[in-house]
Amino acid sequence: MKNGKLLVAPAIVWLIIFFAIPMLMVVAVSFATRTPYGQVIFKFTLGNYVRFLEPLYLKIFASTLVTAVVTTVFTFLMGYPVAYAIAKLPKKWQQPGLIVVMIPFWINFLIRSYAWVIILRSQGVVNTILLKLGLITQPLSLLYNDYAVTLGMIYALLPFMVLPIYVSIEQLDKRLLEAASDLGASPLVAFQKITLPLTMPGIAAGSILVFISSLGMFVVPDVMGGAKSALIGNLIQNQFLSARDWPFGSALSIVLAILALVLIMLYYRVLQQQKGGQKHEEKLA
Amino acid sequence: MEEMIRLENITKKFDDNIIIPKINLTIYDGEFVTLLGPSGCGKTTLLRMIAGLETPTTGKVYIDNEDVTALAPYKRNVNMVFQNYALFPHMTVRENIRFGLLMKKVPREEQDQRIDQVLYLTQLEKLQDRLPQQMSGGQQQRVAIARALVNNPKVLLLDEPLGALDYKLRKKMQLELKNLQHGLGLTFIYVTHDQEEALTMSDRVIIINAGRIEQDDAPNKLYNEPASTFVANFVGESNFFTEENSPTIVIRPEKINLRPEEVDETKLPEGQAPSKYFGTVVDLVFCGNIDKVYVRLDNNNQIVMTYQYFDDVKRWQIDDRVGIWWFDKDEVKVNA
Repeated sequence: MKNGKLLVAPAIVWLIIFFAIPMLMVVAVSFATRTPYGQVIFKFTLGNYVRFLEPLYLKIFASTLVTAVVTTVFTFLMGYPVAYAIAKLPKKWQQPGLIVVMIPFWINFLIRSYAWVIILRSQGVVNTILLKLGLITQPLSLLYNDYAVTLGMIYALLPFMVLPIYVSIEQLDKRLLEAASDLGASPLVAFQKITLPLTMPGIAAGSILVFISSLGMFVVPDVMGGAKSALIGNLIQNQFLSARDWPFGSALSIVLAILALVLIMLYYRVLQQQKGGQKHEEKLA
Repeated sequence: MEEMIRLENITKKFDDNIIIPKINLTIYDGEFVTLLGPSGCGKTTLLRMIAGLETPTTGKVYIDNEDVTALAPYKRNVNMVFQNYALFPHMTVRENIRFGLLMKKVPREEQDQRIDQVLYLTQLEKLQDRLPQQMSGGQQQRVAIARALVNNPKVLLLDEPLGALDYKLRKKMQLELKNLQHGLGLTFIYVTHDQEEALTMSDRVIIINAGRIEQDDAPNKLYNEPASTFVANFVGESNFFTEENSPTIVIRPEKINLRPEEVDETKLPEGQAPSKYFGTVVDLVFCGNIDKVYVRLDNNNQIVMTYQYFDDVKRWQIDDRVGIWWFDKDEVKVNA
């Protein structure tokens, strides 16, 4: 252990105790069984994973995936223009712009979710205004459905899409756009042919962050979805807190973790393709 | 000669900084014109105005007698070679070159034909499937030129295209560019701060200082008849002699001759002039084919520089006492 490598020891110990060991415990528990009262017995079984394949759970998993995809697509559609606008602001306004995007983080997430409840519920802000304006006669049921959950997720995860995309747009060499314009590309075509492909790493990073976060999210469906929209996050939460079925909860967690892992590997693939040239050059040098 | 580009009463301000007070300039078809000046003199801004990447604060830009002042860059029939090439990193050489043709919706077959032609011209055939990052600076530079040339622009604008290359490669590329321009009969507008480059390549050099044209002349006239001390200083090396109430006299180092102080000036051989000043050799600098000889004048401590060539019979040493003389015809009088 020369050259100060010892300095990483605290971090490694920390990671082993609080990350690696718990993770392994979850893996172990996912193959275990439980007593009717919820005690975990270490008797090997694949039953928990097999149970995941029951239609009920597959359906929840599918609707979780759909919600995550929809959330990712919408945060991208909304986040890219925001990131683009901030990146094109004069330098001194970019920092304030980013802070505006991040301000919601200063307030506890749970409280922000309840704020949405106040806005959307039957006697909420939106319904009151619409009623007063005479646009509707009956309050709309805006809350406790899949739309509300998706809305809440988009709201919660938008900054995770904006920030990486902002970084990639900001780093884009603007002379490339000048060159494109010089070669006859209108601004729209230049965006499509130059900006969009070259900010792909940012889009991929943002999408991964949003997609994985929305897979595991349980607060938003809990608060805004009511009992109707259970996502896999809620299912896992229930296994640990109410159903006392830790092995099944662990198995679900592992499935989710593996999915996330696969996605991250795909992301690095994309990055590698983008940087393929540079790698090659390094080898030559 | 037919007029190709005309800048009419151009001024440019960035915020409150006046970059270009007022410039009028005409460039003709088939010319190799260089805008030469120190960093920040406004030469790149002028070039970018022709490309449309910068709008003049007042004044008009004409390309081929058409007022293009308000025309976006992508609608102008000129192409630019950027200082750092600005190659698209996610496209191969061939795709980079194809870009302009795609934008102009040239038929696919003609695209390939024209790409092959410029690839041949710039000797890039073997590298056409590489990405820009996989190439050396000189190769990238050639791609940048090919990408511009393939569009058959009326005018090629070059913004210090050789600035990032090493000396040897720069010399080679200067020749290649000059030959290319000559062979294709294109109009080149070239921006550089390297006076040697400007003199080697151009038909006409426009010296710009603080947004003004100092002199607009052929390279040899620029060197032999500088119009101002700025030009004399910026292009080549010069000695300045000032006397009160008379214009400054500029003399190039190679026109200055030295003779030992003890020579009897009443019996000079034919074809020599008497010494104008006397002084002491204070420094000798070896420059390969020549030595630079620095002489401190007795009367005002001014340092005068001249050359001695490796085959000169008389070799000067530091502390030698010398007389300095030149022919009156080699004097250039300028107003400071």
